[in-house]
Amino acid sequence: MTEYKIEHHTYDVVVVGAGGAGLRATFGMAVKGLSTACITKVFPTRSHTVAAQGGMSAALGNMEPDKWQWHMYDTVKGSDWLGDQDAIEYMCREAIPAVIELEHQGVPFSRTEEGRIYQRPFGGMTTEFGKGIAHRTCAAADRTGHAILHTLYQQSLRHDAVFFIEHFATDLIMDEEGVCRGVLAWDLANGILRIFRAQKVVLATGGYGRAYFSATSAHTCTGDGNGMVTRAGLPLQDMEFTQFHPTGIYGAGCLITEGVRGEGGYLTNAKGERFMERYAPNAKDLASRDVVSRSMTIEINEGRGVGPKQDHIHLHLEHLGPEVIHERLPGIAESARIFAGVDVTKQPIPVLPTVHYNMGGIPTNYHGEVVTLKDGEPDSVVPGLMAIGECACVSVHGANRLGSNSLLDIVVFGRAAANRCAETVTPSATQPALPEAGVAKVLERFKRIHHGNGNTSTAQIREAMQHTMQKHAAVFRTAETLQEGVDKMNEIYASFNDVAVTDRSLVWNSDLMETFELANLLDCAQTSIQCALNREESRGAHAREDFPDRNDEQWMKHSIAWVDEAGKVSIDYRPVHTYTLTDEIEYIAPKKRVY
Amino acid sequence: MAEFTLPANSVIKSGKTWAAPAGATRVKNFRVYRYDPDSGENPRWDTYQIDLDQCGPMVLDALLKIKNEIDPTLTFRRSCREGICGSCSMNIDGTNTLACIKAIDACEGDVQISPLPHMEVVKDLIPDLTHFYAQYASIKPWMQTQTPAPPDRERLQSPEDRKKLDNHYECILCACCSTSCPSYWWNSDRYLGPAILLQANRWVVDSRDEATGERLDNLEDPFRLYRCHTIMNCTNTCPKGLNPAKSIAELKKKMIERR
Repeated sequence: MTEYKIEHHTYDVVVVGAGGAGLRATFGMAVKGLSTACITKVFPTRSHTVAAQGGMSAALGNMEPDKWQWHMYDTVKGSDWLGDQDAIEYMCREAIPAVIELEHQGVPFSRTEEGRIYQRPFGGMTTEFGKGIAHRTCAAADRTGHAILHTLYQQSLRHDAVFFIEHFATDLIMDEEGVCRGVLAWDLANGILRIFRAQKVVLATGGYGRAYFSATSAHTCTGDGNGMVTRAGLPLQDMEFTQFHPTGIYGAGCLITEGVRGEGGYLTNAKGERFMERYAPNAKDLASRDVVSRSMTIEINEGRGVGPKQDHIHLHLEHLGPEVIHERLPGIAESARIFAGVDVTKQPIPVLPTVHYNMGGIPTNYHGEVVTLKDGEPDSVVPGLMAIGECACVSVHGANRLGSNSLLDIVVFGRAAANRCAETVTPSATQPALPEAGVAKVLERFKRIHHGNGNTSTAQIREAMQHTMQKHAAVFRTAETLQEGVDKMNEIYASFNDVAVTDRSLVWNSDLMETFELANLLDCAQTSIQCALNREESRGAHAREDFPDRNDEQWMKHSIAWVDEAGKVSIDYRPVHTYTLTDEIEYIAPKKRVY
Repeated sequence: MAEFTLPANSVIKSGKTWAAPAGATRVKNFRVYRYDPDSGENPRWDTYQIDLDQCGPMVLDALLKIKNEIDPTLTFRRSCREGICGSCSMNIDGTNTLACIKAIDACEGDVQISPLPHMEVVKDLIPDLTHFYAQYASIKPWMQTQTPAPPDRERLQSPEDRKKLDNHYECILCACCSTSCPSYWWNSDRYLGPAILLQANRWVVDSRDEATGERLDNLEDPFRLYRCHTIMNCTNTCPKGLNPAKSIAELKKKMIERR
């Protein structure tokens, strides 16, 4: 490996990723006195948390009485009973101190007349176990993710956290016993390979929306942590559950927040009809995202879409008036103008359900520790490895995430991971030498991909994958379309052996970086579509036309999927946690999910 | 009279032209600054002829098309593609902006694309922003208070006080403004520049923050604040429509008021 300049680093904890979860974990660890490094492929404020718009849920009760138990009920129902209720209780309970902490750190939340944090309605958020509409989503206009991410970065500066910025982490370093011992990262600015040794590696690498052709996700949402985990021989969980956000801008795919409907916006079809009244008589446009996306798709499929091709839907906010739009929705007014050429005070926005969020990911417990099924034990902790944020599957979102529960998820579990490390990691403890075989393996892979001299460009393989996922793992699925997609994905996966890397440089070789990212996306796409074919029921975001009902008897369980080096997927299961954390709330038993 | 010569490696040479595919009807030339640190060669202008009928509407779409279909070695930062992450700031047709929200149609004639001006170039369209970020850290951009916050509740802030944060908190740290400022070009080692001064004012105007005195003390310096000569390029160029010049004027006013 003389070709590469290699440097070695040792920390108590290494966090990979500097979005909301990664930053909250990083400075949380620093505060607890652990030597911590955060490795991130983009400067922290470029992370995709920045694009979250509508807000962060917490039962503060600033607008009307609210309780975390109601929030928990909504989240369980939103998850279509696939969420683990111990973890959901933890998240909804911790939501309140988490938002207060963010305010104390300086997040510029919008305010009520009383000077309290402004809260808006969001899809699926109710009071008194489904009776009324809750104002639970804490907002900084429609730039809440931006406001929170910048604040968390500011706190990281305040606490002198150590960052390795524009470093691309390629692989976990595992030992023979299956313990995670470190990570390999490539310094883009100068080409140095850095081998990090740590007592804990915390993955906070975000989602994999770019497995699809059209997604609200950033170009950088490439499931890097998920790929690292599959290569370490560990499973991914519930990968069949991909959230389609009802309102991506038609064509561009940019996000228009659900907060628009929270503030009173609504959807219409070609007849000008408010069709959500038919599908969700109570919640209407504020039904859960999976419900709204399916309803829109049905309207379009039945010929009631708008536009010359009748292939999209209109989102109206003209009636809200320029003042409300200027104060509470200025960002989406700007996006609609730039990407749809629409003046939202006068015209509706053309929208389409667009891939937005991955409920599935790396299975963890509510402390953020990665778990796996090992020797028949489904909650077996993987030593040395943690995962938080969108790359993790705790699972608090189950089969469908509620809007504004993801900013909550990242902050609560970022903090939980820091707290857990404070309990489990001895500061500056002597660490044994890294396993030679584990290090050799990840360096060898780096070299192999760096010198990829096949005939198919990274972009070609990526595009084939994106179109296949878009077509075959869409809002509605059948065995037939999925099987076709699985067959195509197997071929596409194999075509990576023929990948061509054009640029051989080690300084900011973005061609090589995109090739590493593609490898990660392929693992995500492969598990996602095969788990979708495997799950023969409809639950949350996974809608099978050939199995239209939820089947709790057979399928109230998490799918976990391993990928071998040839791309072969094997699937097993973990039980859903059907118990709560404390006796302050009882287990919420499954029932029919109606909005 | 003194004669000045530029260093030899500062001359930008003309590079390769990548012709449009046969049959293309609506062709536009994209002249892109290329610099490869490994080669030891001077920077160059490569020209890519793009068929606009086969390309998305934004300049970033053209760059992605070049990278995906023509020349995978072209390197630039990008992420959100919707104007909120601040990654793809660059100079397009002489103006600093975000490639993802700059429409190709808004560019007349050939589109010329270069890195943010007057920064060290790492590779192609990637400037080194290390110093810019260090300046951001130098203003201690976090909430500083003496009064303890209520333990279980938020601090109160009236909607009027919250409004004072508008035109500040929306900043995405893209550095378009600072790198458009001639004063920053000349004195960026000591002058903080518009982006960082706007951020400094963000904390000064926050009714919750209690370190206004120290924050202003930190700016009381011939360079850090006062190298702003109201050239206003910052406000003209800000892709988010913010007004850094106004924030700087507010800071200067507060400096005088407290004397």
